[in-house]
Amino acid sequence: MSKLLPFTGIAAALAAWQIAAAAHPASLIPGPLMVARAIGELAVRGLLLKYVVASLFRVTWGYLGALLFAIPAGMALGLSRRGELALNPLLQLLRPISPLAWIPIAILWFGVGDLSAVFLIFIASFLPLTLATMKAVHDIDPVHLSAARNFDLPPYRLLREVLMPAILPQLLVGMRITVGIAWLVVVAAEMIAVNSGLGFLIIDARNAGNRYDLVVAGMALIGIIGVALDLLVRRAEQRITT
Amino acid sequence: MKVRFQHVSMHFGTTEVLDDINLEVAEGEFVCILGPSGCGKSTLLNITGGFLEPSAGQVTIDGERVVGPDRRRIFVFQERGVFPWLTVEGNIGFGLFDLSDAERRGRIAHYVALVGLKGFERSYPRELSGGMKQRVEVARALAVNPDVLYLDEPFGALDSITRLQMRSELLRIWQAEKKTILFVTHDIEESVQLADRVVVLSARPGRVRRIVEIDIAHPRDLSSPRYLALRDEIFGEIGLAHKI
Repeated sequence: MSKLLPFTGIAAALAAWQIAAAAHPASLIPGPLMVARAIGELAVRGLLLKYVVASLFRVTWGYLGALLFAIPAGMALGLSRRGELALNPLLQLLRPISPLAWIPIAILWFGVGDLSAVFLIFIASFLPLTLATMKAVHDIDPVHLSAARNFDLPPYRLLREVLMPAILPQLLVGMRITVGIAWLVVVAAEMIAVNSGLGFLIIDARNAGNRYDLVVAGMALIGIIGVALDLLVRRAEQRITT
Repeated sequence: MKVRFQHVSMHFGTTEVLDDINLEVAEGEFVCILGPSGCGKSTLLNITGGFLEPSAGQVTIDGERVVGPDRRRIFVFQERGVFPWLTVEGNIGFGLFDLSDAERRGRIAHYVALVGLKGFERSYPRELSGGMKQRVEVARALAVNPDVLYLDEPFGALDSITRLQMRSELLRIWQAEKKTILFVTHDIEESVQLADRVVVLSARPGRVRRIVEIDIAHPRDLSSPRYLALRDEIFGEIGLAHKI
């Protein structure tokens, strides 16, 4: 019984939606059955897999690229008081700028295509990851750093045996939140900067013939994959921290 | 003399914390630095350990001026100094990175046994009691074979029974390993139970008020007249009537 509880909200919403759509067929919002049929149509046309893979591909590369730069940057800023004083105001200034505001610049630099979208994911992920790493470094118990200094650890061992394990739990939380942000941003980026992916599906379905069943199908897929991504990262997080 | 404090003073901003500390500690001696909270005793130990630089004066060890932390002198924090992401073995072997695997394993086994943690080698700190974690930290310090140990109120967070056990364990280890020990505490009884000499500091700014020699052989009888006399002498020195 309690296993079904998490699904009651979804089931109730689907039922209400279907009833409302059936009662007002003239309205432009298609019911869940139509949306399911639209997803089926996408699958048959080979677009389902293609678009999902395209979106995940962009998120993966943008996110991994950001991780590659953000962890060293966050560590350096976390360890160096001067570096932080010099650069933190800049980071704070960039933070309120929505990654979507970068879309024109992305297109200017990289044209319409995958690279633009990957760049936007990178921009969206880099700051939160850097700040999460920096905060995690700040939160290291000073006693642990003192002990490492006392034993005169060579730098690479300090990194591997003290810094990385010390920041890992907090870093993983930051990584999970950032995957969510990256997934939000990829959809918006695809609406403008590319010709494939779930974001493109939504905007294209509306532009080319007002296919609102496909629009909602795209939205549903985004939701489902977003949840799956979150579960995946959560699972990795649990495996690493226990 | 092993450790020599020469005119050590320390201030943080305008706050004077230590004022002209002069002290000599012999090789193999167990010295307790005793004083009320905030008297600067912990600061003094951090200066000796090389983690802080004194505002004036210097500390020398074997005639060499202390300029930073050094593997030959290990600082033992309260039990929170153990690394939670390493097992007991990993913690104890933490400083042994320059030994061969075989040597490292041998050392770890020796110190696991010395501090009575056999059977817990693969346990993580979160699975251990406070006293056991403290043993891990002491073993980690001893494993690199330092000649001086600095202990900063190491048993302060333990319950009173465990604390008594840990004191006798520390004395046993000290006698077996012949280290010079500088031990900071605010607990008068603890200092009289452990030390060869008790250095009594004044309230801030810390000055050496008195050095009391504890001329009782180990194991010490905590109800002997000499023990009680020395304890009361220090109580008097600190200005406590020892009555409740």
